[in-house]
Amino acid sequence: MNIIVTVKQVPDTHEVKIDPKTGALIREGVPSIINPEDKNAIEEALRLKKSSDDGEVTVLSMGPLQAESTLREALSMGVDRAILVSDRAFAGADTLATSYTLSMAIKKIERYDLILCGSQTIDGETGQVGPQLAEWLDLPQATHAEEINIQGNLVTVKSNFDSVTRVMEMKTPALITVSNRINKPRYKHMNKVLRAYRDKAVVTWSKEDLKLNPIRIGLNGSPTWVRKTFVHSHSRDGIVVEKPAANCAEDILDFILEKALLKL
Amino acid sequence: MPVIVHEEKCTGCKLCVAACPYTVISMQEEKAVLLPGCTYCGACIDTCEFGAITFEDFQGRLCMDVALFKGTHVFIEHDNQTASKVSLELLGKARGLADEFSRQGKDQLVTAILIGYELGDMADELIAYGADHVIVVNDESFKMYRTDIYTKAIVQIAGVKKPEILLFGATAQGRDLAPRIASRLRTGLTADCTALEICKDEGILLQTKPAFGGNMMVTIACPDNRPQMATVRPGVMKKYPRDPDKIGTKEVMKIDLDENDFIIHIRDIMASTKKHVKLEDAEIIVAGGHGVNNQQGLKILETLSDELGAELGASRAAVDEGWIGQDHQIGQTGKTVQPDLYIACGISGSLQHLAGISQSKYIIAINTDRKAPIVSASDVTFIGDLFQIVPVLKDKIREYKKRTD
Ligand SMILES: Cc1cc2nc3c(=O)[nH]c(=O)nc-3n(C[C@H](O)[C@H](O)[C@H](O)COP(=O)(O)OP(=O)(O)OC[C@H]3O[C@@H](n4cnc5c(N)ncnc54)[C@H](O)[C@@H]3O)c2cc1C
Ligand SMILES: Cc1cc2nc3c(=O)[nH]c(=O)nc-3n(C[C@H](O)[C@H](O)[C@H](O)COP(=O)(O)OP(=O)(O)OC[C@H]3O[C@@H](n4cnc5c(N)ncnc54)[C@H](O)[C@@H]3O)c2cc1C
Ligand code: SF4
Ligand code: SF4
Repeated sequence: MNIIVTVKQVPDTHEVKIDPKTGALIREGVPSIINPEDKNAIEEALRLKKSSDDGEVTVLSMGPLQAESTLREALSMGVDRAILVSDRAFAGADTLATSYTLSMAIKKIERYDLILCGSQTIDGETGQVGPQLAEWLDLPQATHAEEINIQGNLVTVKSNFDSVTRVMEMKTPALITVSNRINKPRYKHMNKVLRAYRDKAVVTWSKEDLKLNPIRIGLNGSPTWVRKTFVHSHSRDGIVVEKPAANCAEDILDFILEKALLKL
Repeated sequence: MPVIVHEEKCTGCKLCVAACPYTVISMQEEKAVLLPGCTYCGACIDTCEFGAITFEDFQGRLCMDVALFKGTHVFIEHDNQTASKVSLELLGKARGLADEFSRQGKDQLVTAILIGYELGDMADELIAYGADHVIVVNDESFKMYRTDIYTKAIVQIAGVKKPEILLFGATAQGRDLAPRIASRLRTGLTADCTALEICKDEGILLQTKPAFGGNMMVTIACPDNRPQMATVRPGVMKKYPRDPDKIGTKEVMKIDLDENDFIIHIRDIMASTKKHVKLEDAEIIVAGGHGVNNQQGLKILETLSDELGAELGASRAAVDEGWIGQDHQIGQTGKTVQPDLYIACGISGSLQHLAGISQSKYIIAINTDRKAPIVSASDVTFIGDLFQIVPVLKDKIREYKKRTD
């Protein structure tokens, strides 16, 4: 069973702060991490590999050269191979261009039975790259997987779909996006991290290494454009009441009655 | 930037014919030939393995022929009997967009795409809720949602109708389906929008959504590709008031399916056993945060909520403590609600929480801290201890109800 896991390097959004004056995002000093659900995907890939006889797990990322550290972390978790697709020409990609570029890298990798992605990232949060990648590669897909079982060339996936649980079956090769409920990713061991730096190489592919259609990559290949970003104001200019509790309760009831909100 | 076929390179493999969503390629004497109506989407160029199709005078960025596209289409999610709430909200929003278009001197129809089996009178209901036109695909194969053939059906409809705007609910289904369609149509898709408007100058769709934990908003546009696609967060848009006398048209479409189209098989669908929490539909919500201290504290809020006929909500802090189930969580990573009244008890008002409640008509806060961010986000804040205020309020409401009985 050969499995490709797509991983994205993201800023740790818990650490992202806003400049109160300009409203701009302060990214400086914000640590970069592996997108959390991509760790679940790696964990699942390692589990599935273990239960099959042979094969390897490859992690694939598109991003700037700094994203290599993310792939090192993946190597330290125990994956066999890491590929970074990186080129200035890919900058500014939306999900269509990102999924296209990843699909062309996967066509170059050639041998795979399964592609695993996170359900969504913590920065772009679209959850679109998985399904779009499946479409470029003409593969069956299952999103938000909470359980994956493989028997021969049949994959069974259990997913939570809003209020229902769906069990789907499809033939490999297939693409599955995993939910963070599927497993608990292993912690990396420090000595493994060090070994990952020493023993295993991250292969880097640039634009020239892939057979790309230039109309589909980077900013020009991205149909969506960010027009503006702004700080969201939640202010209602309301009033503040400070009274004994019983009077507060009285006031609230009056408010409810005045606005005719009470159903009798 | 017209598309041209280089006859000498064309091997007659027909891959481009299958890839063209707008069905404008035909084969003549073993060579691909373009018919009128090409949108310049470029799907054929991606597909041809022989480099036999290219754009003439390519300018660095692909620009489709946007003038060919008209109208707003809404994909309807349903359980074969009733349309989901978010689908009706989308119809309501599409009506609003149509009004804006007509102010700009453009007549645009609102079309509902209804796919399923044995759909009863749902099409009429969709008209009552704002659709001008309903496209109905009624076939047993479509009884259950399946990514594969639903994608094919909607791509076929979009290929024939060329909608300018195509909307989906940002539900598990919408977010499974819309990206595949966007890829096949080679167009843009904005995820999880909370506001849609038509740009006054350019007439394009401006799609706004929260980003980075609700700290910021981003507005995204798709100027050069069509349809302009978006998934829209449930609970944000307003339904159009049901009007049974509203007139609309219906059209039945057949989708050509063959067995190769069925690549994902549904083995089982299990309803989740949990009691459904109806926060999205609630008129009043009483919500508790970390300030309720424990599960008992939430029980006190529940008595108030019962007295008001309200639903019980919670901040993530309360959910994380295990005092209440995740399906009660409100906010960026929980539910977006739009009640008439939101009563926030012991909730500080983090941006992530506010992201889920800002559509409320009125917000009342009960908090001991005058400086908590919830204060400026509320219509009225009562500074005080919720354990003293809430029980008294509950009793007063009960008394009032007795008096007026
Ligand atoms: C605030 C914000 C909002 C955005 N909104 C939109 C939008 O509405 N529409 C749009 O088209 N673009 C949008 N973008 C751009 C989009 O984030 C990028 O295209 C990004 O490269 C991929 O999208 P994502 O982060 O949403 O990934 P998701 O689709 O959420 O990612 C799902 C999975 O795909 C895989 N994956 C994603 N990116 C990569 C990668 N670079 N390398 C390897 N694997 C990857 C991972 O396995 C990941 O878990 C937005 C960006 C930002 C910062
Ligand atoms: C990526 C991300 C996503 C998130 N998503 C969500 C989300 O969807 N929803 C969400 O809610 N949060 C979310 N959070 C968490 C959010 O940042 C806050 O931590 C959380 O909302 C705080 O909950 P709280 O207001 O209940 O608790 P606190 O911030 O601890 O506030 C408790 C409040 O109770 C008041 N209080 C204490 N005792 C009393 C009393 N006796 N009477 C009256 N008032 C009292 C205090 O003054 C205080 O204001 C998210 C965070 C991250 C990083
Ligand atoms: S895909 Fe290319 S080679 Fe095949 S028929 Fe079309 S133009 Fe000709
Ligand atoms: S550019 Fe698009 S519409 Fe035109 S022929 Fe090619 S696939 Fe069809």
